[in-house]
Amino acid sequence: MSEHVHSSSARIYVVVLLALLFLTIVTVGAAYVNFGSSSINLIIAVLIATVKATLVALFFMHLRHDPPVNAIIFVTSLIFLGLFLLFPLIDIGSRDKVVPYGLRMQAQPAAAKAAPAAAPAPSH
Amino acid sequence: MADTVATPKAHGHGEHHDVDYLHDGSLLSWMTTVDHKKLGVMYLWSVLFMFFLGGVFALLIRMELFSSDPSKAMMDAQTYNKVFTLHGAIMVFLFIIPSIPAALGNFVLPIMLGAKDVAFPRLNLASFWVYVTGALIAVTAMVTGGVDTGWTFYTPYSTTTDGSVALMTFAAFVLGFSSILTGVNFIATVHKLRAPGMGWFKMPLFVWGMYATAIIQVLATPVLAITLLLLIMERTFGVGVFDPKLGGDPVLFQHFFWFYSHPAVYIMILPGMAIISEVIPTMSQKTFFGYKATAFSSVAIAIVSFVVWGHHMFTSGQSQLAGAIFSFLTFLVGIPSAIKVFNWITTMYKGSISLEAPMLYALMFLILFGIGGLTGLFLGAMSVDIHLHDTYFVVAHFHYVMMGSTAIAFLAGLHYWWPKMFGRMYNESAARIAAVLVFIGFNTTFLPQFLLGSRGMPRRYYNYLPEFTFLHQVSTVGSWILALGFIIMAGYLFASLRKKFDAPANPWHGRSLEWQIASPPITHNFHEVPVVTAEPYDYYRPFEPSVKGHH
Amino acid sequence: MSSESHVAGHGAEPSFRQHHFINAEQQFDTSKLGMWLFLATEILMFGGLFVGYGLMQSVYPEAWVAGHHHLDRIMGAVNTVFLLCSSFTMVMAVHAASQSEKAKTVRYLLGTLVFAAGFLVIKYFEYSHKFHDGLLPGTHFSYHGGGPPQQAMFFGFYFAMTGLHGFHVVVGMALITWIMLRAMRGEFSSAYYTPVDLVGLYWHLVDLIWIYLFPLLYLVS
Repeated sequence: MSEHVHSSSARIYVVVLLALLFLTIVTVGAAYVNFGSSSINLIIAVLIATVKATLVALFFMHLRHDPPVNAIIFVTSLIFLGLFLLFPLIDIGSRDKVVPYGLRMQAQPAAAKAAPAAAPAPSH
Repeated sequence: MADTVATPKAHGHGEHHDVDYLHDGSLLSWMTTVDHKKLGVMYLWSVLFMFFLGGVFALLIRMELFSSDPSKAMMDAQTYNKVFTLHGAIMVFLFIIPSIPAALGNFVLPIMLGAKDVAFPRLNLASFWVYVTGALIAVTAMVTGGVDTGWTFYTPYSTTTDGSVALMTFAAFVLGFSSILTGVNFIATVHKLRAPGMGWFKMPLFVWGMYATAIIQVLATPVLAITLLLLIMERTFGVGVFDPKLGGDPVLFQHFFWFYSHPAVYIMILPGMAIISEVIPTMSQKTFFGYKATAFSSVAIAIVSFVVWGHHMFTSGQSQLAGAIFSFLTFLVGIPSAIKVFNWITTMYKGSISLEAPMLYALMFLILFGIGGLTGLFLGAMSVDIHLHDTYFVVAHFHYVMMGSTAIAFLAGLHYWWPKMFGRMYNESAARIAAVLVFIGFNTTFLPQFLLGSRGMPRRYYNYLPEFTFLHQVSTVGSWILALGFIIMAGYLFASLRKKFDAPANPWHGRSLEWQIASPPITHNFHEVPVVTAEPYDYYRPFEPSVKGHH
Repeated sequence: MSSESHVAGHGAEPSFRQHHFINAEQQFDTSKLGMWLFLATEILMFGGLFVGYGLMQSVYPEAWVAGHHHLDRIMGAVNTVFLLCSSFTMVMAVHAASQSEKAKTVRYLLGTLVFAAGFLVIKYFEYSHKFHDGLLPGTHFSYHGGGPPQQAMFFGFYFAMTGLHGFHVVVGMALITWIMLRAMRGEFSSAYYTPVDLVGLYWHLVDLIWIYLFPLLYLVS
């Protein structure tokens, strides 16, 4: 009985390792292919990494058989990491793009006036 | 008491278990103890010392601000910058954050759950010594150059100023580890070490508050570690992530800093709320009103605390859109906080309230937290904050929350559990006098600061316009009244320690497990593992002990 | 400290059980929970660097592309294979320990150490190459091949991320050596192999972080 469990879970580990190595080859190969935009390449690379990470977490880290609380901790940490990325991304992505109505009128002439004064400084 | 242990002991020092924990072991064994009670007591003395140190700096700040006349200045502006930075850094990192969880929580939480210790006692010991190491590094930074950045270490000033910024941030980094270890310990203890019958909804609300605090400690503190690491790298290698000269973004530092430090504000207040949730039902001898709502509101505060940090950055150059989102989310914090306040008040309704020192502090908490919390909503509104940002209004607001709420709740807890921790009663009349002085002193110090701020007095300034003189002087006099209250408190607490054990096991007639064991507890807390059958706060029915050998 | 004999009904308790746990299973579950909490802190800590890296990439995409052209994809890929294999040998070691197979446990742990050392050797060659070319973080950046100036920031992140990861690899190797010595002394069996399991979890997390570091640093184009 225990010998059977032994060999079967060892076999699963071998299969998972082979899958991980295969995905590594795929992701390196995908990096040489131009999908039209660098962000598509990035998304593909991150997706493959996520599949690999899920395999490691479920099988090598035994989350499949653990009490669910361990998986909850793991997923919670990822969700909060997502929040940490999300808000600064909103901030950096919308700087100077979303200006309140009242300020918009003043912002334009002020920027135009400031431009010549800033000319000697190296342009941004 | 001793006769309840009937099991014969094979190893010869079986009677050891019946010795109270205070008299169990030499000084050396205290230094290496893994007993959560001893560690709690050692933490308690450490944070009290730090509170004293931070308090001295606070008095120096107020003394300097007594007069706007430069010829009467006590210190130069540079020294003043260092003094307020040290006041802030000591009070935040060395007093408030560890005060309730590491000192009182360590002592009480395992007992409340019916456990013999926390889940990882050796980690608990490590946490204490890491804390001491962090404190020593912080002291080294103070004497070798000092720090003048404020406790927030904002870039680009913190990467360019002289002084021991790297050392001080490293100290905060080390203290963060201590905080993480406490958090990991508490979560594991709550999940795995509850006594038989102690379901999630039979836990005292103090435990729920500590659990919510621990979630924040575990999820937020690592980001502080990496932020401070990046800051140290920035200073040593000039990487430029936060430096606009090199293409970096100083606002990004504020995102990183407040992703930790805003949740950290709730690391400070949640334990305070947790203590109030114990003191009020016990001192009112009444069942807690809205137990589940209060328990869940602790967890809700912990989660919401992670999505509101941008309200510290309305004037920083953060985008308007991000500011609007953060401002909106900030108001969400008001909901669980208000649920708690209403539940505390309703718990007292028609209760048989006894106004002993712990309850006096709890009532003070309700008033001061009301002021601190509601002014927080003013500041969370982006339009109002643009006017009030970095003024004394902000200073007054966070002192009402950190000092008026958390530190006052800490005092409530200290007076509530003092007989349990040390086995002695303090002088009740002296305690009431001190409590009244603290309340008067606190409000005299900080109410004028709301007025100063709304009239435009900026925070962290060394000097001020003559028209602010009167309010500043009232505030300084208030700080003296506050100090007098604390001196009296130190007096009667130390005096009580010189007495023989005189505290009953249950001086306040509480129902949670820590009141069902001896004062002070024996080394292993319980003679036998308790089996919990009663609901928490079941003051509506006669008391049935869940601990054998109760008397 | 006292022994565990004062809990009624547990006459013949194993020596590894600490006094405040009711039984060995509770102790095992608690230790694992604690380890996962620790891993959550590690994820958030590394996450801070990932967030900074991602945000700065969105601001300076050209500098990031230029910077990553200095990294060797093949070396990165080989290192990925090394770490994946080391994770496999680690999980096999945990498995062997849970079956009380002492010799196998030690062998697999040794294998893990070899793969980890291979990872560090390649990392050493990569680092010395960067040092030689002046591809250093921040103000130390002295590469003369041109390109956007923010490459200096890219290499700041490169060294911070791979350096912190490499530090974790070294710590992991020390831990693996420690449990290998304990395994050789025959301390582990199907009844008690918690330390092997916990070090395994830590090691898999180190692998997990590299799984993300590799495409983000080496493959972004």
